[in-house]
Amino acid sequence: MSENNIDRRKFLAAAAAGAGFVAIAPGIRLVEIAAAKPDNEPVTSKVRWGMLIDTTRCQSGCTECVSACGKENGLSEVKKPRTDAQWIRKIDLKELKTGRALSLPMMCQHCANPPCVDVCPTGASFKRADGIVLVDRHICIGCRYCMMACPYKARSFVHEPHTDQNPEVPRGQGCVEGCTLCVHRVDRGGTPACVEACAAAGHNAMLFGDLNDPGSAIAKRVREVKTTQVRADLKLDLGVRYEGI
Amino acid sequence: MRAIALAVLWGLTFAAAHAAEPGRTPLPAIAIEKPGQCVEAKDVMRRDHMKLLKHQRDKTLHEGIRTKKHSLNECIACHASQKTGTVLGKDGFCQSCHDYAAVKPDCWDCHQPKPGQKTAGARP
Amino acid sequence: MAIASYVETQSRPAAFWGLLAAGGLFLLAAFAAFLHFEHSGHVVTGMDNQIVWGMPHVFAVFLIVAASGVLNVASIGSVFGKPVYKARAPLSGLLALAMMAGGLAVLAADLGRPDRLIVAMTHFNFKSIFALNMMFYSGFFAIVAAYLVTMMDRSLNGYSKVIGFLAFFWRLALTTATGSIFGFLVARTAYGSALLAPMFIIYSFAYGLAAFLIVQGAMYAWNGLVLDARILARMKNLLAVFVGAALYFTAVMHLTSLYFAKQDAYERFLLLDGGVYTAAFWLGQVAVGGLLPLALIFLPGATQARVIAAAVLVVLGGLAQMFVTIVGGQAFPLEIFPGYAVTSSFQDGIVNGYSPVAGEFALGFGGIALAFLITVVAVRVLRFLPQDDFAALKAED
Repeated sequence: MSENNIDRRKFLAAAAAGAGFVAIAPGIRLVEIAAAKPDNEPVTSKVRWGMLIDTTRCQSGCTECVSACGKENGLSEVKKPRTDAQWIRKIDLKELKTGRALSLPMMCQHCANPPCVDVCPTGASFKRADGIVLVDRHICIGCRYCMMACPYKARSFVHEPHTDQNPEVPRGQGCVEGCTLCVHRVDRGGTPACVEACAAAGHNAMLFGDLNDPGSAIAKRVREVKTTQVRADLKLDLGVRYEGI
Repeated sequence: MRAIALAVLWGLTFAAAHAAEPGRTPLPAIAIEKPGQCVEAKDVMRRDHMKLLKHQRDKTLHEGIRTKKHSLNECIACHASQKTGTVLGKDGFCQSCHDYAAVKPDCWDCHQPKPGQKTAGARP
Repeated sequence: MAIASYVETQSRPAAFWGLLAAGGLFLLAAFAAFLHFEHSGHVVTGMDNQIVWGMPHVFAVFLIVAASGVLNVASIGSVFGKPVYKARAPLSGLLALAMMAGGLAVLAADLGRPDRLIVAMTHFNFKSIFALNMMFYSGFFAIVAAYLVTMMDRSLNGYSKVIGFLAFFWRLALTTATGSIFGFLVARTAYGSALLAPMFIIYSFAYGLAAFLIVQGAMYAWNGLVLDARILARMKNLLAVFVGAALYFTAVMHLTSLYFAKQDAYERFLLLDGGVYTAAFWLGQVAVGGLLPLALIFLPGATQARVIAAAVLVVLGGLAQMFVTIVGGQAFPLEIFPGYAVTSSFQDGIVNGYSPVAGEFALGFGGIALAFLITVVAVRVLRFLPQDDFAALKAED
């Protein structure tokens, strides 16, 4: 790592610490300040991208995150609920014993030990060094075994030909796909579209950042409050965590 | 035997003569609308563009390297026809040559052949 | 000393071409379905984002499992040295190859990107049980083909025992891996059990022997031969043992599952109120595929026709079992939040419906047709009809 880079990291750590302070004070934070890596550098395992979803802030009936995801990734509005791709969906839950109701977005949980990667015959399902789980559509044969293996139903199969792709998000018939954490934005220092939309709608239920950076807002938050990994019994070490389940 | 050889030779000469005639052999329409240098020399691009693209695609997807030099989106941004807005179509930069060479690229099942539409989160 | 003389199967050319045409029609229908699915996308099938594996997989996995099982006839002959089965080893090897080819063709035809089959053969994720299966399948072709050659070429007969052993262990490993495709799916209530691997082996014994009996019966009828009663008795008893063992494993699987409280909901769904899946389980897998064949075999006065009828029922029950295992397992809602009632736009918390289209069945029957055509052509040009040495048989009694 170059010297320049170390400086950048220091600066970012300081910036993130500051941002974290701001976040704690009012209990609200806007968009996470993410580290932008230079375009020509590979991602490293020093970073573990993650997301924290506060279900106490998430509104039932609000689908801002879902619409933003569709717009960003060129997914058409869900007209055929059985076959259209849904990278993120809202689930309304009601506890059977108590009747307590809550709402939350569910998407790829970006496991550290992803079952989809284990089962993929060609290695098309893979995990990047920074923890983002992706599908390499160049070698995906469309066998759908990953969809059988995923405990979260996070993957969709592209059932029809498409021509309206976002140039940054190639996708086409016959391959399996899922949430990319908006990797094309994250690589350039941005945040996922859903997180941005949630903040813009004033809910601030989604927090994105580097779980490995102790100074990041998300790392602080998971250190301070009890967070839940869905189906923690499977021990998949999820990148997406929930608060208030 | 000699007769056959002669016939073949005659046939070849005939074919060559006709191939030289303009208009008889459909040639690809390679229209470079934007002036300036490509990212590599012309002969390198003609021979190895697929290797460059493949190398870049793996670097981008697996390592998050998003340099512009050999990026498919940059190719499209430069080479899309100003009339049709795409690299496909009969005289499209990619398609006309690939039709001529009878090589079907797999890119367009997933990739957008039209440039533009930058996403909100992308750096300019 | 009467060795049944080799009957010229080259007779009756019109009927032979008729069989080819019939099989060809099914194959053509499957090809049309394949083109339709690949052109329009899987949106035109009954499969969706919840039922991702449907009818094509029911047929494909059945054919693959039965293919490994049909090789047992050869294994009993060469590994365990039984002459009656040794005489049937070449036919058993041929059927194994034909059914494996049929099953794999269906599996490949249903891929989202079948044009990338070459990718599947050049890129391997060695942790994936699916990739391991692909290697087992390719190896199966090579080993069984070599086995056939050593059996049919007299100069190589000496090697047939060694290769027979290899084929036997290979097919056991292969079916273990096939069962593990489901056994490794920890997330879904219906799967994620180590029992699936041995259970698939037992299933393969039953389905494979049933398929063998059907083909053998057809070949004998074609040539106007009658299967010796002693041979029939042995093979029908073996089928009964396999069918009984399959029922036993099924019972154990569900009883262990019932023991765990968290799986009660799934067992209730499958055994009581799962609609078509409950029906397919009790009527298809248990009654048609298990109890009825046992009755046909064991009720006094079993004829060859009755044994073959039992074998046909075992095959039908096998297809029902695959339907229950593959589609039923996906129809039951994936439990993401235990203890919560859930609703979403992605069919969370509801039993997933599945209405297969005709093309999916066409694809499945196409796999059977491919296996059928390979068999019909092979038995016409090569000597696959079992050659029994009745003197040896008598000496054994």
